[in-house]
Amino acid sequence: MMMNSTLKNLCKVSPGTIIEGKWHHHRYTILKELGFGANGIVYLAQFHNQKVALKMSDNGMSITSEVNVLKSFAKVQGSSLGPSLVDVDDWVQRNHTVSFYVMEYIDGPDLLTFIQQKGNGWTEVLVLQLLSDLHTLHKQGWVFGDLKPENLIVMGPPPRIRCIDVGGTTMQGRAIKEFTEFYDRGYWGLGSRKADPTYDLFAVGMIMMNMAYPKRFNKTTGGLNQLRGMIQQKSELKKYEGIILNALQGNYQSAKQMRMDMIQGIGSQTKSVVSPSPQQRIRAHVKTQRYTPKTPQKRKGGWFETTLLVTIVSVLYFLYIFGI
Amino acid sequence: MNPGTIKQILLITDGCSNQGEDPIAMAALAKEQGITVNVIGVMEHDTIDEKGMKEIEGIAMSGGGVSQVVYAQKLSQTVQMVTRKAMTQTLQGVVNKELRQILGDSKSVEDLPPEQRGEVMEVVDELGETVNLDVLILVDTSASMKNKLPTVKEALLDLSLSLNARSGNNQFGVFVFPGKKKDVEKLLDWTPQLESLTSIFPKLTTGGITPTGPAIREACAYFKKKRSLRSLLSRDDEQYFEESM
Repeated sequence: MMMNSTLKNLCKVSPGTIIEGKWHHHRYTILKELGFGANGIVYLAQFHNQKVALKMSDNGMSITSEVNVLKSFAKVQGSSLGPSLVDVDDWVQRNHTVSFYVMEYIDGPDLLTFIQQKGNGWTEVLVLQLLSDLHTLHKQGWVFGDLKPENLIVMGPPPRIRCIDVGGTTMQGRAIKEFTEFYDRGYWGLGSRKADPTYDLFAVGMIMMNMAYPKRFNKTTGGLNQLRGMIQQKSELKKYEGIILNALQGNYQSAKQMRMDMIQGIGSQTKSVVSPSPQQRIRAHVKTQRYTPKTPQKRKGGWFETTLLVTIVSVLYFLYIFGI
Repeated sequence: MNPGTIKQILLITDGCSNQGEDPIAMAALAKEQGITVNVIGVMEHDTIDEKGMKEIEGIAMSGGGVSQVVYAQKLSQTVQMVTRKAMTQTLQGVVNKELRQILGDSKSVEDLPPEQRGEVMEVVDELGETVNLDVLILVDTSASMKNKLPTVKEALLDLSLSLNARSGNNQFGVFVFPGKKKDVEKLLDWTPQLESLTSIFPKLTTGGITPTGPAIREACAYFKKKRSLRSLLSRDDEQYFEESM
């Protein structure tokens, strides 16, 4: 609270202010404030003919740290991990210096707003997109850390989910830098705060819960039992029960694995998912569900073939008889 | 760079001291000994008056640490954030000092062009992950804290969860003030895990005066005791980070 107020004083700039960098001398015109977090304020700014997002902080080290992450993301070809980096510089203001960086402006509603506007039908698409981005990010040796709907923007059309705010992005094996309690497995008593892919997947599970409970919910007993109970109270969550529970328990080794399960689950949603017991049973179940529709199809084809053959043979036979 | 040990005092209180030495002076004394003092002011239905606020900010400022005033619900998140922030600050100080030795007196990280800061930040990050950390937690148990103690306990368990995810070693000690007979009472000796608090905390009695200053003095002395005990046990000289802001 106090820190935010001092931070706001230091980095508070009004629309129309021109920010000129000390090192690269680029000039940015502030248009409006987009939001503020634990270590900085983000503004929408005009740079030549394009709109950009500009993040400012009195804590230069946190800016440097985020820039490091964005630079490392930029090395991944054709990826859409985080916003792309435009510039890093200092702004000398009267007698103190404020560090800032400039990035691509990602325009759109946040995940929850988007789902509220467009309906639940988009849940799967967006979660699948998110999971493939996370898979790429994990392969680079990172963990996103502070994954939450506020940090997920849906661009478009066509709708495409994007992660913003890499303040929590941590190298795998280290302690998570920044997190939000509701999406943090440590808070729920379901694991450590060491950065590994399963940490992010837990957060994905909680984000799916958050879509059904837009106002979130409080921790009572904590642990898996409370969360399982919350899933079972909502029909829109029940169809993903197996997947969410696997994510919450850290059963998925990779985002790709969770993604596969989601895709396999989509075709078989009408059937209820098994009771929340070990992961293998759920997977086996999903698999059988996937294969069941195929068998009757084959049989139908078989019947058709037989009928066709019988008809052809009888037609030929009649022709033979009439021919005589 | 040798990752030594960072020493911190974490003071959790909800108001002004009213007994003994000036806590702001005591915090300055701690800083002189290389111990950072962080303060968290915790509110529930009440608010902290201006005098209390001033004292909280003053202690952190002269103790070279971080202060924050929060509602009890936000305590867990705040405790770990404040601790980490102060740790990074100390490490930045250390790195800055090294840089000054290399680059000349007036230089610090901020004077480097943004492109070169990245590598320095990597060093700070790496140190933050591997450095050893000693935190002495001072909990105010005056009457008004009674309802907040369960939340304080939760927050401390959460803190050990956060810090134990690092690869560096952690040691925590817990003191409460006022104690039953003395100004300050030791609740938990140096330990890497805070789980034992779960059984000790509910038995705490609250009430009495708020001797914040004497509590900080005791805490400093306790760091010294630990140091001498350790040097008896093992001959290798523990390296402590000197505060260099």
